[in-house]
Amino acid sequence: MSDTSPTNPNGGTEEFSSARVVRLVGRVFGPLLGAVAIFGQHMMLLGRAFTWLFRRPFRLRLYLEQMEFIGVGSMPIIMLVGFFSGAVTALQAITALAMFDQQRWVGYGVGVSLARELAPVFTALMITARAGSAMATELGSMRITEQIDALSTFAVNPVHYLVTPRLVASILMLPIMTMVFNVVGLLGAYIISILVYQIDFGQVLELFRHWVDPLDYVQGLIKAVIFGVAMALTACYQGFNVRGGAKEVGRATTAAVVSSSVSVLVLDYFLIEIMNVIWPSHGM
Amino acid sequence: MTNGGPTRDDRWQIQVRGLHKSFGSQEVLRGIDLDIERGKTNIVIGGSGQGKSVLMKHLMGLLQPDSGQICVDGEDIVGLDEVAIGKVQRKFGMVFQYAALFDSLNVVENIAFPLIERYHLPKSEILDRVRDLLRRLDLANVPGVEEKFPGELSGGMRKRVGLARALVDRPKILLYDEPTTGLDPIASKNVDEMIRRTADDFGVTSVVISHDMASTFRIADRIAMLYDGTIIACGTPAELLAAPHPRLREFVEPSGAVKFGASS
Ligand SMILES: Nc1ncnc2c1ncn2[C@@H]1O[C@H](COP(=O)(O)OP(=O)(O)OP(=O)(O)O)[C@@H](O)[C@H]1O
Ligand SMILES: [Mg+2]
Repeated sequence: MSDTSPTNPNGGTEEFSSARVVRLVGRVFGPLLGAVAIFGQHMMLLGRAFTWLFRRPFRLRLYLEQMEFIGVGSMPIIMLVGFFSGAVTALQAITALAMFDQQRWVGYGVGVSLARELAPVFTALMITARAGSAMATELGSMRITEQIDALSTFAVNPVHYLVTPRLVASILMLPIMTMVFNVVGLLGAYIISILVYQIDFGQVLELFRHWVDPLDYVQGLIKAVIFGVAMALTACYQGFNVRGGAKEVGRATTAAVVSSSVSVLVLDYFLIEIMNVIWPSHGM
Repeated sequence: MTNGGPTRDDRWQIQVRGLHKSFGSQEVLRGIDLDIERGKTNIVIGGSGQGKSVLMKHLMGLLQPDSGQICVDGEDIVGLDEVAIGKVQRKFGMVFQYAALFDSLNVVENIAFPLIERYHLPKSEILDRVRDLLRRLDLANVPGVEEKFPGELSGGMRKRVGLARALVDRPKILLYDEPTTGLDPIASKNVDEMIRRTADDFGVTSVVISHDMASTFRIADRIAMLYDGTIIACGTPAELLAAPHPRLREFVEPSGAVKFGASS
């Protein structure tokens, strides 16, 4: 590649020829290649975590602990955010629908928005902030205090022991928490529309039942599963790859939250596109 | 390499030949040759960041070298698959520099961890073995110690719990990474005694990484000095004192722990 002489690395006429081109190309494609490499490492971690799922021993306690932390631990925040999301969406929908005197559609509007978008996305973002950050911090501090090395000295595979339970628990708990979000969100919408704005409940329910499709919920839950994978994977990857001291753990936590939130939103877009292809008649 | 690698010899438990390891562009180990004597206390000294911990992790297969040979009981462990390396690792117990106790487990669960992961033993037997070690390491008289979590222990106690965890599966080789760093003189003397006593009581081969010159010359059967990625001096304490390498002299003399040249 480099034809600059090793004794004269940063001078001479070659400065203007191939070495410079190589450097320029490197500057443009380097970050891109870096991103591809990091994506590849995430996928390898995912692959290893899944193969370990089918190997013994199966440590049920670790799975239950993670499910409790991700699910039960996130319940209050999910309910709070769910309630207000439903209420606010209802409020906005009522304002818009009032222009046509069609407020009875509020149930349908809120129901579909929650099922397909709000519940899965907000749940994933909330759980990332709470559980994803904690995962990255915990694994990161286990790394720098050599607890991860200690696991291997007892012939315990760290991916098997740490990553697989977190991944599986996230995959199971995100859809469940998404459903909780849906229910509480509808409750918020009910309170705003029926109790505050006194819209006729019979009509709202009729339209909701007729127009909200179970498929809306299925799509939301598929998203939740994929967001769960993305969150657990980025958090574990960041935590696992900490090098250095406490400062690096903090950096890894921030990186985990940021990149997992961004990937949730980016994945959301692509999943919508994909689902519109799979269920074309269902598009809005 | 002169003789094509180490030959099988019962005197040496571990033999390292031509070990190289780099992290990125940083060459940490550049051709380590080291012999660890069976049943003895072998101490590796060297400055901070010289690669002592990295060397120790290679000994039990936690890191893979770029090149070189590591023979444990005559078996080369470089490049073994996961199952085979797991078998070799059962011969070892490791006491980490910062104890590396599992934060989410209490003292008993930490010590019992290797047994629970490796065997299906009845609970009572596991508890017996754990309590026996707690007694031997002077931890049993601390009130409520069994249910304490690592965060609630002092540094010295954490080290001893780490030692108990390393000992519980009765390893043949014990690796200690800076067991006395950060302890007060009395506590570090206790740890020294513990290392000595463990070597005698359990008949294990010990490999100790140390900064502490006084304790090194107190407990060592053999000493090796790591400098700039190679072992520059190696032998019994008496041998090293009789013919000190200049770097070793530089490293040891400021502590005033030992005098060179004097016939020992
Ligand atoms: N996993 C790793 N990745 C990259 N570099 C590493 C890794 N482990 C160690 N190093 C580097 O190798 C060098 C030697 O580290 P090591 O921990 O072995 O030093 P040490 O001799 O044990 O020092 P101390 O006495 O301070 O513990 C350091 O410069 C460290 O940055
Ligand atoms: Mg070290």
